[in-house]
Amino acid sequence: MGGLQIPLEHVQVLAAMLFSCGLLGLMLRRNIIFMLMSLEVMLNSAALAFVAAGAKWGQADGQIIFMLILAVAAAEISVGLGLVLQIQRRFKTLDMDTANRLRG
Amino acid sequence: MNLLALVPALPLFSAILLMVSAGRLPKQIAAVLGVGSVGLSAVCVVIISQGFLADGQVREVTLWTWIAVDGFTPAIAFYVDGLTVVMMSVITGVGFLIHLYSVEFMADDQSFSRYFAYMNLFVAAMLLLVMADNLLLLYLGWEGVGVCSYLLVGFWYRDPANGRAARKAFVVTRVGDTAMALGLLLLFTELGTLDIQPLMAAANSQWQVGGSLPVLATALLLGGAVGKSAQLPLHTWLPDAMAGPTPVSALIHAATMVTAGVYLIARTHELFLLAPATLTAVAWLGLATLLLAAFAALAQNDIKRILAYSTISQIGYMFMALGVGAFSAGIFHLMTHAFFKALLFLAAGAIIHALHHEHNIFRMGGLRTRLPVVFTSFLIGSAALAALPFTSGFYSKDSILLAAWALPDIGPILWTGGLLGALLTALYSFRLVFVVFFGEAKTEPDKEVGWKMALPLVILCALAALGGWIGQPLGDVFPASEHPVAHAVEAIGIAVPLLGLLIAYLIFLGGQLSVARVTESAVGKALQAFWLQGWRLDGLYHAVFVRPFTALARSCRNEPVDLVYNALVAVTRWGHRALVTTQTGELRWYATSMVFGLIVLVAIMLRNAS
Repeated sequence: MGGLQIPLEHVQVLAAMLFSCGLLGLMLRRNIIFMLMSLEVMLNSAALAFVAAGAKWGQADGQIIFMLILAVAAAEISVGLGLVLQIQRRFKTLDMDTANRLRG
Repeated sequence: MNLLALVPALPLFSAILLMVSAGRLPKQIAAVLGVGSVGLSAVCVVIISQGFLADGQVREVTLWTWIAVDGFTPAIAFYVDGLTVVMMSVITGVGFLIHLYSVEFMADDQSFSRYFAYMNLFVAAMLLLVMADNLLLLYLGWEGVGVCSYLLVGFWYRDPANGRAARKAFVVTRVGDTAMALGLLLLFTELGTLDIQPLMAAANSQWQVGGSLPVLATALLLGGAVGKSAQLPLHTWLPDAMAGPTPVSALIHAATMVTAGVYLIARTHELFLLAPATLTAVAWLGLATLLLAAFAALAQNDIKRILAYSTISQIGYMFMALGVGAFSAGIFHLMTHAFFKALLFLAAGAIIHALHHEHNIFRMGGLRTRLPVVFTSFLIGSAALAALPFTSGFYSKDSILLAAWALPDIGPILWTGGLLGALLTALYSFRLVFVVFFGEAKTEPDKEVGWKMALPLVILCALAALGGWIGQPLGDVFPASEHPVAHAVEAIGIAVPLLGLLIAYLIFLGGQLSVARVTESAVGKALQAFWLQGWRLDGLYHAVFVRPFTALARSCRNEPVDLVYNALVAVTRWGHRALVTTQTGELRWYATSMVFGLIVLVAIMLRNAS
């Protein structure tokens, strides 16, 4: 493995920025589809951190965990999209602040 | 012998029939059932007592075993000896006459058949009481007559005052009944049986005379007797029990139920003989009651209340007789008292009936010529009550006083007290006669006395006048008590009631003796008011027992014990409401709170790591 080595710190900072972007999106956006996209960004930022760490230490674990996160993300998005359809049918909107019927 | 079982069964059957029909039977049929059942039962009693007088054999019948639990097997069984025969004759005989009288007295009442249902039930319970072979069955009858007394005192239940009087009668006697129940439990745990005859035998063989157990057991039984027989200090219910119809007062509160206490002590006299201390207490209790009630009777205005206090006073004589060991004299007085007091009550009922429910004796007067049958009855009844010579009351009261005199030490005191009571008795009974029947008429009677009311009066007149010659088959039941007595003592016993009659005549009829100076003075007025209210014992009991109890009940109304649990509920509810506000239902709010929570957790972990 030769060539240009990207320092681990850079990757970690990128992952942290991606995670923060996703988190901010989750907290600030009201549209459910954007919230799900923010969630995907957060998952991928975590996956990026794993891959970089695995490459740094020469361990396969990072890659394996990446595969796991990929599977989790696929499952999550399939369920999530199903929910999106239901919400659209029931509330005729995707604004999550109006779909707050589960309040106490 | 099934005749014995029929005696209480007939009135019971009729009572059930009248209750089940719930007033749908015509009055004639209800009357035939009510009077006929008691009459038939009286016929059975006559046959039984004829047989008993012929051979003197004790009759015992066991119908069935009532309860069988590990050595405790009370049976529904009857035991009939001389004492029971006397009681049965009084209950069914006098009871029949009163039932017959009631047919006319209650003729206009809407609840005619309810009245006879209760009366028949009472007769059945009372017969059970006196015929019972064991104390548990006796207790069943004992409580049965209590219930019937409650039902009949409150018979005219639309007036709340009658309901109050009924409740008072029930609750006050319940105090005594509780003591009696404890006495039964003590007897059973100590002697292992409640069958009366084996119980007496066991007590005689196992207990010492004057030991603490017999004194305790008899004191508890005495408690029951005192409550039922309206003796001090539980007598306050009887004057109020006059709220019921007058024949009820005659049957229950004069002739039969109130003498149940006397019967109980006579029936268990072998126990009482083992406890001389209790027996002495019975004598003193009787003396105190008879004097107290006689003074109270002097001041009453209500004809029935005078008779009620007089009943308390006469039962005091019976208790005194039991206390001095003259059991046959006590039962003798019980019988004669049943005759003349039933007569007086029925005569009073006839007056009340004719005068539109007028009870105040000072609004009567001059009834001598207008109600001649009633006047004759009342005169004979009063003469017997006052123990004028050769009336039935004379013989019975005389034998009590002579037995008291013969007792060493305390005998003369009891005798003197009894004589004072006899003087007062003559005074108040003839005050009643002179005020009600002589002088000018104040209220006109509007009804004649029909034959159904007149016949019982006439028969009871004969019994009250001549009942003193009826012999009682009590020789085998009680220990003999013969006392040689000086003639002077006997002469005084005859003279004192006559003196009372003379004083009453001089005050209330002749007018030679004026008591106005005494009664108009401040002390006289206060004393009169004091006696009118029965020595203010009602007020005392109200202050000492009723008021603290109601105060306690009121303080418990808000359930202080529940405060702890209610506080727990309040705190939980409050916490619930506080937490519910965080459940907004908004997804972004949840996500944000999770982020902040995470930040806090990470901050703590970093701080601990460094």
